[in-house]
Amino acid sequence: MTTISGDRCLDHEEPLIFEIGRDGKCGVDFPQVTVGDTHLAGLRRKGKIGLPGLSEPEVVRHYVRLSRMNYAIDAGLYPLGSCTMKHNPRLNEKLARLPGFADLHPLSPMSAAQGALALMRELAHWLTTLTGMPAVTLTPKAGAHGELCGILTIRAAIEARGEKRTRVLIPESAHGTNPASAAFAGFTVDEIKATPEGRVDLDSLKSKLGPDVAAFMLTNPNTCGLFERDICEIARLVHAAGAYFYCDGANFNAIAGRVKPGDLGVDAMHINLHKTFSTPHGGGGPGAGPVVLSARLAPFAPLPLLVLEKDSIRLIETKTDAPEGAKPFGRMAAFHGQTGMFVRALSYMLSHGGDGIRQASEDAVLSANYVLASLKDVMSAPFAGPCMHEALFDDTWLHNTGVTTLDFAKAMIDEGYHPMTMYFPLVVHGAMLIEPTESESKESLDRFIHVLHTMAEEVKAGKTARFDGAPHLAPRRRLDETAASRKPVLKWKAPDLKQAAE
Amino acid sequence: MRYLPLTADDRAAMLAKIGAADMDALFRDVPQEAVAAPEAFDLPAAKGEIEVERILTRFAAKNVAAGDGPFFCGAGAYKHHVPATVDHLIQRAEFLTSYTPYQPEISQGTLQVLFEFQTQVAALTGMEVANASLYDGSTATAEAVLMAMRVTKRPKAILSGGLHKHYVETVETVANLHGVTKRAMASPGRAEDLIPLIDTDTACVVVQSPDVFGLLRDLKPLADAAHAKGALLIAVVTEVVSLGLITPPGAQGADIVVAEGQSLGNGLNFGGPYVGLFAVREKFLRQMPGRLCGQTTDADGRRGFVLTLSTREQHIRRDKATSNICTNSGLCALAFSIHLSLLGEEGFTKLAAINHAKAVALADKLSAIPGVALITPSFFNEFTLKLPRSAAAVVEALAAKGILGGVPASRLGYADDLLIVAATETNTDEDIAAFATALEEVL
Repeated sequence: MTTISGDRCLDHEEPLIFEIGRDGKCGVDFPQVTVGDTHLAGLRRKGKIGLPGLSEPEVVRHYVRLSRMNYAIDAGLYPLGSCTMKHNPRLNEKLARLPGFADLHPLSPMSAAQGALALMRELAHWLTTLTGMPAVTLTPKAGAHGELCGILTIRAAIEARGEKRTRVLIPESAHGTNPASAAFAGFTVDEIKATPEGRVDLDSLKSKLGPDVAAFMLTNPNTCGLFERDICEIARLVHAAGAYFYCDGANFNAIAGRVKPGDLGVDAMHINLHKTFSTPHGGGGPGAGPVVLSARLAPFAPLPLLVLEKDSIRLIETKTDAPEGAKPFGRMAAFHGQTGMFVRALSYMLSHGGDGIRQASEDAVLSANYVLASLKDVMSAPFAGPCMHEALFDDTWLHNTGVTTLDFAKAMIDEGYHPMTMYFPLVVHGAMLIEPTESESKESLDRFIHVLHTMAEEVKAGKTARFDGAPHLAPRRRLDETAASRKPVLKWKAPDLKQAAE
Repeated sequence: MRYLPLTADDRAAMLAKIGAADMDALFRDVPQEAVAAPEAFDLPAAKGEIEVERILTRFAAKNVAAGDGPFFCGAGAYKHHVPATVDHLIQRAEFLTSYTPYQPEISQGTLQVLFEFQTQVAALTGMEVANASLYDGSTATAEAVLMAMRVTKRPKAILSGGLHKHYVETVETVANLHGVTKRAMASPGRAEDLIPLIDTDTACVVVQSPDVFGLLRDLKPLADAAHAKGALLIAVVTEVVSLGLITPPGAQGADIVVAEGQSLGNGLNFGGPYVGLFAVREKFLRQMPGRLCGQTTDADGRRGFVLTLSTREQHIRRDKATSNICTNSGLCALAFSIHLSLLGEEGFTKLAAINHAKAVALADKLSAIPGVALITPSFFNEFTLKLPRSAAAVVEALAAKGILGGVPASRLGYADDLLIVAATETNTDEDIAAFATALEEVL
């Protein structure tokens, strides 16, 4: 049925904030203050900015209504492979908002920030203990920023050796950020093939290694959700060629508490605190990407450095203050990293404890294998298990059904689920990557499996109506992405008054 | 463990379904030499909420929060009042616990927010298009320099001496891999003449206004000079509230405007997370880094929003991408956008005026103290004082009196006798009087 309002019960349409607001309204109360021009150097703003005016209740309603058009972990299983959508404990949010953290200025005198510096040391202790690596730099602001930091550390170490190495080797299954980060750092990228078992092809690696290779970047567990069995051999080969071994730690959540990357021969690895240690994804950040470093890379870590002095902790913020032996390559960003995220991550770590972190990794791996085992009779899995924290399927089972990976994923939306990651990794045709995480109960997993299994059976039985043009029940049907990029409309423009009058 | 729903029975049943004898069987691909027993990790056991809260509260208690007393620190991060509504709304589960909006049909909330955010940022900066945020102001500046090098196909970036030192170092760290940066000497309180440095190798000139010492810079002559040589002007704003009172860089001829958005909606957080704003002229659209949200229609013809122009990005273009950025600063952008929606035109311009008025009152009081000189003749809400002794020592002495009285310029590697002081709407007349009294005492 159609409604008079255009809304459908709890499902409200919401205009843009610019279409709601008008002059004469304001959501904050400030006194009117007139200021002179004495100190403005003739640069006082002339025209209006063009911001809409709204009262507080209007603002609240706008954002509450918008929020209801989003899927979220709190509302349902979010099996987005390689993104790790696990539960976000609210204790962590509460503690990050303690004024001693949230209201602490980054350039406060260090004597007034000893608690924050101690917290950074404590986080560093957990990260180095869990990874078995001797050093960590906390500043990178997200995973890709951590990759860049790690690669720049490697670059600095190579320069210090008086060598010039220009190539970085990366498996073709890698996250797009890996080649992008290597290129950002000025390296050329060379791809390494995968074996039919979905792992690094050692012959391909050997043939590409040489005196001009700076590093091999490998995600482990890899993007197919598999542990790289030959990883210790890979590290030996890479080191023998004089190169460094960079590990993309995006999937550390599968092995934390069971495997120390330091034992695998890793030289540098970033850790996405927003994945493994559950700082909220926030609709696309903020993240945090600390990088753990081997002893041979540690001296090149960027500014700032944390040093323990007699009875206080000090931040070293300039190269000239760097202690003996430290050769920081530069600076990744202003100030000292995502402290707000450090608080959340440490709260997560303390809550879980060493034992809980291990259990969480095991549960994540168990749940993924359970999904794999329960769906592989109807969907096709390109690689034999066991998998790690995510289960990978391809679209072989969809051949000649008229249904694509995209259709299947979009139909999941109508069933109340966020789709899995699709068409990644690129080494698998029509990939569907399912990461249930450790946060789902068995009942929740069983229901999810039942729904996907039934959907798959329907596809195979030729009952494809629900897949055609899905989703049908979401706040929006499929959106025209081609039109969006052909003629980009990237901001609201006030309607032409003449047109509006017609 | 309260966050883990599986019971021992569940685990056993699941292992049976999988056909694995035990958990170790699932980890059998781990090389034997790398298997770590639980004892291999010297870490404490799981804790309840009460204990965790106690431990972290103890850390927090060792810090002096900005709200604990009269507070005047700035230099790239500012204490502003954030309305209670902002923090309530950003903690809505649907905003807090969702991912990057890759599935637009069930992410219209986040996407519409980003579209509104882009519109707000473009309006504030006086530019044609803005992206959906970068990590922070410093990394946004580095991205802007790389973008200018791509657009102009020229190698050189000229960095003003008034650019925040951390920003300078962040830019140098990446830009020197692709070209060469020339850093002008800092000239506190005075705009250096950058025009003679611009040549036909110059990709961009990077200027901050208000600069790190608080000085307002007239960008127009520099923009004209840069354009005459085929170079771009990158304007950097570390205090976005200034845009409520000051002519935006877009109206002064800037080609790229980057800003730190922390001042709106976001706390100080000891330096992060913050939110980087990035706005450009429309002709550079396809060279921009970061996510962009665009308007389109769905299969039923209804307006909707999607992430767009992603062929610039790493997940499509890999090593040919305009940037390696993936996760950016979505929730901080949301906080920024909500705060700005609450303020609107009227609130935002009033806020800016109050900030300037407070700073003028503070500058008048402090510069009247014998031996203290205001060296920034123009400023918005931050200025620099020349003191008769080490500013770092003065700041420590003030801190002992419960006053956080600004950032010593030496903290950023500038002269020892300069103190960078900021005032915002959060400072009361009593704060200002207390600061003046204390400063006179410690000098």
